[in-house]
Amino acid sequence: MMLVAQGLSKAYGRTQVLSEVELRVGKGEWWGIIGPNGSGKSTLMQLLSGVERPSKGSVRLLDREIGSYSRKALARIVAVLQQEGLDPTDFTVREVLEMGRYPFLNWLGREEQDAAPLIDSIMEKLELRDIQERRLTELSGGQRQRVALGKVMVQEPSLLMLDEPTTYLDIHYQLQFMEMVDAWRQASEITVISVLHDLNLAAQFCDKLLVLHEGRVAGMGSPEEVLTEAYISRIFRVMPSVVKHPENGAPQVLLTANRTRK
Amino acid sequence: MRQKLAGYGSAGIVLLLLTLIVSLGIGSVHLPVSEIGAMLLHRLPWLGDAIVPGWEVSSEQILMKVRLPRILLGMLVGASLAVAGAAFQGVLRNPLADPFTLGVSSGAALGAASLIFFGMEYSFAGGYTLPLVAFLTGAGTLWVVLLLARDQGKLPVHGLILSGVVMQSFLGAVVSFLTVMSKDTVNQILFWTMGSLSMRGWSYVAILFPYFGVGLIYLWSRSRALNLLSLGERQAAHMGLNVDRLKTSVLVVATLLAAAAVSVSGVIGFVGLVVPHMIRLMTGSDYRVIIPISALGGAIFMVWCDTAARSVLAPTEIPLGVVTAFIGAPFFAYLLYRNKKRRREGFS
Repeated sequence: MMLVAQGLSKAYGRTQVLSEVELRVGKGEWWGIIGPNGSGKSTLMQLLSGVERPSKGSVRLLDREIGSYSRKALARIVAVLQQEGLDPTDFTVREVLEMGRYPFLNWLGREEQDAAPLIDSIMEKLELRDIQERRLTELSGGQRQRVALGKVMVQEPSLLMLDEPTTYLDIHYQLQFMEMVDAWRQASEITVISVLHDLNLAAQFCDKLLVLHEGRVAGMGSPEEVLTEAYISRIFRVMPSVVKHPENGAPQVLLTANRTRK
Repeated sequence: MRQKLAGYGSAGIVLLLLTLIVSLGIGSVHLPVSEIGAMLLHRLPWLGDAIVPGWEVSSEQILMKVRLPRILLGMLVGASLAVAGAAFQGVLRNPLADPFTLGVSSGAALGAASLIFFGMEYSFAGGYTLPLVAFLTGAGTLWVVLLLARDQGKLPVHGLILSGVVMQSFLGAVVSFLTVMSKDTVNQILFWTMGSLSMRGWSYVAILFPYFGVGLIYLWSRSRALNLLSLGERQAAHMGLNVDRLKTSVLVVATLLAAAAVSVSGVIGFVGLVVPHMIRLMTGSDYRVIIPISALGGAIFMVWCDTAARSVLAPTEIPLGVVTAFIGAPFFAYLLYRNKKRRREGFS
């Protein structure tokens, strides 16, 4: 098992954000976490990635309590890509990718093996070569998110966590982003856990979905099991039509106008 | 990065040496550059024997006992404040941060002002009483600010800045009160809070040097982590950085460095704010370059400000803090303007 969460609960003050979440993520799986706004998705990601401590329960990463890893050791296993991506700074694309090697540096700031070939090959894959000397401030949102993906690839994690990574991208870059993650997953057999707003993309890329509702697990299973009309209507309070994708058969959610529920 | 550092570094060192030689000659008694060179070389072992002293004894006294220690102290104070400022801007990720953001200058000023007010400047450690007390009250202020800002084991930036502002205004009010109440010593407190390097001597250079050395090495060693932090705190944490430990340690070291500088020279504003900015505008955002080059820039800037302070209206000395702001602000404005123009033309 890559990651096991047991009885995971988190409260901020008196507000209970998550209660009793159970999750077992196997190696090589792609999990999608879906749910309405405020259902606790981001909090769950923060607990699973080890930046926040749970109020109750535990997260075990590769059979070890996640809190027992040092920050650097953790960063060698888990990489996280956030919704807001990278702050615009005047570091160049290449410099940012080099920073991805930080968890592998010794106290002198050096690495045993030269990381340059790795960085070159990743820039090649993500088509960043031509802009490698450009500064982050000069890039568009789509380019910046590609640099962010490059940086986590340089980190060579076994577990990749994506927190709504496609929020600010147009449909071309959304699809391209998901395809690049998918290609990476197939090449390096990494495990992916992603929070996704787009149910239709989630249905086509994820093996399994976890549905959060008001801080609790409201469902779990393959996209076909989870994405049904009755279920979506209950959780998201809309009345959609669910159809099969004409090319690959994945369930696709069509929203119908004037069908929100109270 | 290495080329940048080597380029700016060697240019900076050449400028620093030029600054040293030229500023040593300026003052009420003019000393020619050739004589300064000969006197300095004469002090070096082996090489010095080859030089026959052909200068007046009084010139050597002025050089070795008055100007050289003052200029070296100015370099150390300027470098310390600039390095501390660069570190503060890196950790707080706020362009308006400077080494005094967390109230260390106000704390030191309170200690100094109280001593002067009660006439205890020489009470228990001779001439070192004032710097010692100023350092301790400055460091104490940092401790209170950290205590105020800490929230569930974390140090949020806005909390730090707000606690710093609160401490600054409160302690500043106390210092103002002391300044007004002590009718006959008004000038002394006021002048201390505006900074000066006069009448300090070699011992102060010796006191400040170890702080500067350790502070510079430590902060430079954290520069890669500061680079990570500039991508965002959460980002940096996911990349393997212990963000809160970094923040605490860098803030503590930078503040102690600033407190040490303030305790020997009084409060000299603007250097810690403007020099790292100037360096950033010239070299870019890489802290591996910014921190060491800030040290050189701060040293050069401070020596020129002090030279102006002691010679423009001689024999009256202008408070150093006034000069740093007077020279620094327009130069900073020029750099901002140039950068804006360049970016518009698409070079940056």
